[in-house]
Amino acid sequence: MTPDQLRAALRGVPDPQWLDAALRRVATDPAAIPRLFALAARRCGRGPLPDPPGWTVDEAARTLLLTGLPADHAATAEALYRHGDAAEKRAVLRALPLLPIGAECVPLLHDAIRTNDTRLVAAALGPYARHLEQPAWRHAVLKCVFTGVPLAVVDDLDGRADGELAAMLAALAAERHAAGRAMPADATALLDRLGDGSHPTTAREA
Amino acid sequence: MRIFDPHIHMTSRTTDDYERMAAAGVRAVVEPAFWLGQPRTSVDTFVDYFDSLIGWEPFRAGQFGVRHHATVALNPKEANDPRCRPVLDLLPRYLDKDGVVAVGEIGYDSMTPAEDAAFAGQLALAVAHDLPALVHTPHRDKARGVERTLAVVAESGIDHGRVLVDHLNEVTVKLVRDTRCWLGFSIYPETKMSPPRMVELLRTYGTERMLVNSAADWGRSDPLLTRATGEAMLLAGFTEDDVDRVLWRNPVEFYGQSGRLDLTDLEGAAATFAGNSILRGGE
Repeated sequence: MTPDQLRAALRGVPDPQWLDAALRRVATDPAAIPRLFALAARRCGRGPLPDPPGWTVDEAARTLLLTGLPADHAATAEALYRHGDAAEKRAVLRALPLLPIGAECVPLLHDAIRTNDTRLVAAALGPYARHLEQPAWRHAVLKCVFTGVPLAVVDDLDGRADGELAAMLAALAAERHAAGRAMPADATALLDRLGDGSHPTTAREA
Repeated sequence: MRIFDPHIHMTSRTTDDYERMAAAGVRAVVEPAFWLGQPRTSVDTFVDYFDSLIGWEPFRAGQFGVRHHATVALNPKEANDPRCRPVLDLLPRYLDKDGVVAVGEIGYDSMTPAEDAAFAGQLALAVAHDLPALVHTPHRDKARGVERTLAVVAESGIDHGRVLVDHLNEVTVKLVRDTRCWLGFSIYPETKMSPPRMVELLRTYGTERMLVNSAADWGRSDPLLTRATGEAMLLAGFTEDDVDRVLWRNPVEFYGQSGRLDLTDLEGAAATFAGNSILRGGE
């Protein structure tokens, strides 16, 4: 995903002049971003974008506002997240992998994963989660299974899933089985791909 | 019967309430920021409270197919505490948010000079942010409180049609009926208003600009009394269209003035992964 792709995808928003003006504004007046960020969904919309799949209009517009800043991306992303409503927080999380910030915003992932808002947990497990340490990443994946978030939202799931995650999933499956409750099909399939957890792998151990 | 509860404190209610409300026809609510029973002692605790009104609570409501909006303000009671007054400086940030459809609850508790200042200041904020205002009227010395409320509203310059004066009753209704303000009535199990009394007021004053809410909170209250009032209206001979006007179209019209009311796709699931984190997360 690149800002150019998002920009192209947003050509059809109801009020493209607003978005153009907002992007020009943040490039020269970064202090304007909190209000523009809050307004973006009302001005651009909230529906799903046909392409790229998995993105909504407001997430894409807010991501462009963040990528359009001249500097201080990490500090601004953090402030917008801390002061944002749930949709703004989600947009910040989606934007993180597109910002020149290294691992600076990992604390935002920790915050999102602690919540019980499944939309935030899902958004925290995109490409930026490559900076998330392995124990936290495993628990976040397990939380997805526990709360019914489809594992398709997890970036690089098979590349990163390891024996320890398999053991955790197997334990959850045993609990669910004892309780007469089902595991989500995508979790069972992952467990099958990983084996039963009795042969820990060393893939990217933290 | 589709119901929009224009004043309910869901933070103080359980998920059982959401289930029962949804089953009774409640599809949308507005949750005004208010006093939590325990006085607060710092600004930071308001930040967490306001954040929950635009974060966790809408998500929780969405699990049950209920659309949640909020109003944000420093409430009259806590406007008297100097430790809480800097909350006024926080408000502009929240008044920009999508889910915030009015400034409120503002108004009077004990009619002190501090309440005067907070009330007038927050009406000005409503004007500046192009938002309606939800005005609480006091429990004690109510009639004089309403008179003073209307005087402050007139002085503020806000369009009366963008003001909802709440918690009215047989005594105070007349004062507000003569203005262009909207009239709110809180139906309670014992105090404030009851469904039969509300029906009488609707007979006398008609359904125009009349809003009925449960104002359910941490006290003795019942989130289904909106529905009970609708049923009492039908029994008394009001039409289904009358009920729909009072319980749905009037609140939609009033809060719709914010330009931020989002009632799209209400039949469908509100969250991407509806029905999970609360239903399973607590088990």
